[in-house]
Amino acid sequence: MPTRTITGNRGLQVEATLIFEQDTPGVTAVDLPDPPKVKGRLGDMGRDEAIGLPNLSEPEVVRHYMRLSQKNYAIDLGMYPLGSCTMKHNPRLNEKMARLPGLSDLHPLQPESTVQGALELIETCAHWLRVLTNMPAVAMSPAAGAHGELCGLMAIRAALEDQGNPRKKVLVPESAHGTNPASAALCGYAVESIPANAQGRVDLDALKEKLDTDVAAVMLTNPNTCGLFENDILEIAEAVHAVGAYFYCDGANFNAIVGRVRPGDLGIDCMHINLHKTFSTPHGGGGPGSGPTVFSEALAPFVPVPYVVHDADGFRMVEHESRSDAKPFGRMKAFHGQFGVFVRALSYMMSMGSDGLRQASADAVLSANYLLARLGDTLTPSFGGPCMHEALFDDRFLKDTGVSTLDFAKAMIDEGVHPMTMYFPLVVHGALLMEPTETESRESLDGFIEMVKGLAARAANGDAGYFKNAPRMTPRRRLDETAAARSPVLRWKKEDSAQNTSE
Amino acid sequence: MRYLPLSAVDRADMLQAIGAKSVDALFCDVPASVLLDAPVDLPSHAGEMDVERAIAAMAAKNMGTGTVPSFLGAGAYRHHVPSTVDHMIQRGEFLTSYTPYQPEVSQGTLQYLFEFQTQVALLTGMEVANASLYDGATACAEAVLMAARVTKRNKAVLSGGLHPQYRDVVKTQARFLDFEVAMAEPDPMGGEDLAAMIDENTACVVVQNPTFFGHLRDATALAAACHEKGVLLVVAVNEVVSLGAVKPPGDMGADIMIGEGQSLGNGLSFGGPYLGLMATRQKLVRQMPGRLVGQTTDVDGRRGWVLTLSTREQHIRREKATSNICTNSGLCALAFTIHLTLLGEAGFGKLAAINHANAALLAEKLGGIAGVEVINDSFFNEFTLRLPKPAGGVVEALAAKGILGGVPVSRLYPDDPSLADLMLVAASETNTVGDMDALAEALGEVL
Repeated sequence: MPTRTITGNRGLQVEATLIFEQDTPGVTAVDLPDPPKVKGRLGDMGRDEAIGLPNLSEPEVVRHYMRLSQKNYAIDLGMYPLGSCTMKHNPRLNEKMARLPGLSDLHPLQPESTVQGALELIETCAHWLRVLTNMPAVAMSPAAGAHGELCGLMAIRAALEDQGNPRKKVLVPESAHGTNPASAALCGYAVESIPANAQGRVDLDALKEKLDTDVAAVMLTNPNTCGLFENDILEIAEAVHAVGAYFYCDGANFNAIVGRVRPGDLGIDCMHINLHKTFSTPHGGGGPGSGPTVFSEALAPFVPVPYVVHDADGFRMVEHESRSDAKPFGRMKAFHGQFGVFVRALSYMMSMGSDGLRQASADAVLSANYLLARLGDTLTPSFGGPCMHEALFDDRFLKDTGVSTLDFAKAMIDEGVHPMTMYFPLVVHGALLMEPTETESRESLDGFIEMVKGLAARAANGDAGYFKNAPRMTPRRRLDETAAARSPVLRWKKEDSAQNTSE
Repeated sequence: MRYLPLSAVDRADMLQAIGAKSVDALFCDVPASVLLDAPVDLPSHAGEMDVERAIAAMAAKNMGTGTVPSFLGAGAYRHHVPSTVDHMIQRGEFLTSYTPYQPEVSQGTLQYLFEFQTQVALLTGMEVANASLYDGATACAEAVLMAARVTKRNKAVLSGGLHPQYRDVVKTQARFLDFEVAMAEPDPMGGEDLAAMIDENTACVVVQNPTFFGHLRDATALAAACHEKGVLLVVAVNEVVSLGAVKPPGDMGADIMIGEGQSLGNGLSFGGPYLGLMATRQKLVRQMPGRLVGQTTDVDGRRGWVLTLSTREQHIRREKATSNICTNSGLCALAFTIHLTLLGEAGFGKLAAINHANAALLAEKLGGIAGVEVINDSFFNEFTLRLPKPAGGVVEALAAKGILGGVPVSRLYPDDPSLADLMLVAASETNTVGDMDALAEALGEVL
């Protein structure tokens, strides 16, 4: 337990009270002009009571958010090996491009004649995605990966309805992201699980057994969440299509294969692409993402509005089902999708180029295999290699140490590294899923490896107490999540704060 | 390639440590027939200067709202964002962090989300808010599904004053579930009777205030009519600045508030990324979708924050979750909360007052043009004009004069000739009196 200071601050870690506790009535951080004198038009709909917002000056506001920022880990600070999250470097050029006047200040409902460059940008971004996936169509509007899944499944259901039978169920592997079954449920489908085989892949025979004409789609992540390429993928696609079902690919792990394998060549009918993973746009502490979804010839007619069309008169946007020549299934979102994220992704794709993207996937896979090789003797790899862009270990190496995967991860935090993904995928016990990405240097990878080895040795030496009490160096130590859920406090209230101060 | 730190020597050493001959050997699980042996047909890598040139050339082909008088609204509003906002959200610790699953190293994100939830609850007069959804339209669909879970009924009644794209998103979601959507006719005059559309299957009624056409409508009586029949009232707000001047949803008896938070902190950016807001009553919180941050203490007894009630969510509950949402709009929520913190109680109220007064002034100016009628009896910062000819052509003619004058209702309702002459016009603190005079003069000329 570290020494308590008088202030509670610890050197560069400065405590931040809530903004509501910093209220100084009469102070402001904005100087707005007085409104013109004119007859009000609110009728009897005016707001009567004060809202209760705190008043702070600009220096206080800057300090507040500066202090908060220093309580966060970030990819800018160090390796962030979260498996299936692709925490790669976020180039600042992307940010600059998204803020260009003429892009950042466009209103979504301006006349098309005044936004030809913006429509060209969306179409250019779409072109890169179509070529990289070898798929003929893309819906740009989905707001994030899970929204893209929903988009893909809606297109599948629309296509099946068009054939006269929407069918009943979607098959999802045990190792899938939780969003997959949740998205299927939102499309009115029952979800059935497909077991994995001993090699961490879909059990092809078990899948075939479950395939019948009640199956609308099979949702597969490839490479899968064990970090492995589904080597039966062509046979899987064939079997799925043989019963008239569609093949959905979760593109969360596209970074492993971009520029080297095109999903369209694998028999996939649709796949969402997380621009905030493979294409380097920032995660922003939980969004905004963007989940453009690519489609095969069979599903292309069902792509939702809006979409951009380029003809002799220039670019235009098809925004209404009634104005479409195809059979769009509807609309996913207001306006045209996460345009600001498209700008960033395009900036990245143009920077990397077709050669650079191919090198990126090579380096991502190389780095993961390097971890797998160098940590293979210390940790317990769940499956034989090689892996793709992430390496999966389980907690057998912690057997009888009294240290859990969670404890191990919390000790990593004290070493200045964000932990890997834990307890996911569900198909192995106490999973540790590490995705280094292509933007870690050799030095960074080696430092990580030495640190993990050191911690593993410490665990093996019976120092469980060290792990149970980690982390020690962070702005807060382990937090009581059970208490938080039992009696949720989801907002500040004046009376709570008064109580807090008097304690 | 500036984003790749491995050198050729590193790569060779690493392959040796792995015991692989080449990178291709690591792709041995990929069927040979689908493994590409050369880059795809796209341009090669490019330096910053080249990329900047290419993207700036696209930007130059557009007419930015920052460079011309602009009066566009209809669900997206141009406001002045203080410099502090964009500076702070670009700090790497905010910009390049992940969802705060490891609370010990994510207290920054967790605390600002807790503050954000509190601000949204205060603004809307609701008890609790979540940590954001994608945008107003998707939040609307989520609210309808939430109401269905709460009431165990399967029909939603949507106001004709609700943003048409919100209606479309709800309709699209409903199409794929066993769910009925009763759409009131588009309601340009704000006189619809939604209580008459309620039946025993109705889970919720969704209204918007101010309405899509700009009217201010008190939903208090509708809330009572809903509650009498066990129906939830959902109130949408797509201009949050209005909450600085207008009666909030909570004061009208709303059960769920959804909204678009773009107006605070977030630029127009051609429609996204934006910020979905959702707030509700404490007793319904376990049916609410999206992430929630809750207060707790650490092992040393110090106050801190964590993601909570995650048993509602897809990563725990999978197909039984309240929603499939995972990534939401964290950084947009940060921009919102910083902007609102800068404004404070006094600044936010004044911002709303300026918006309203500018719109009232603009309405006087435009209403004085021969043949032009302001159809609203009340409004906040946006109102509807009835023009003597179709608004689509008028807006194009104004754009040719270098003015973004408004949004023709036909852009959103292209198939309803009765709405063709209507144009939505919005004003904000960014519009000068000179801008307003320019619009009035140009509109007089093009009619």
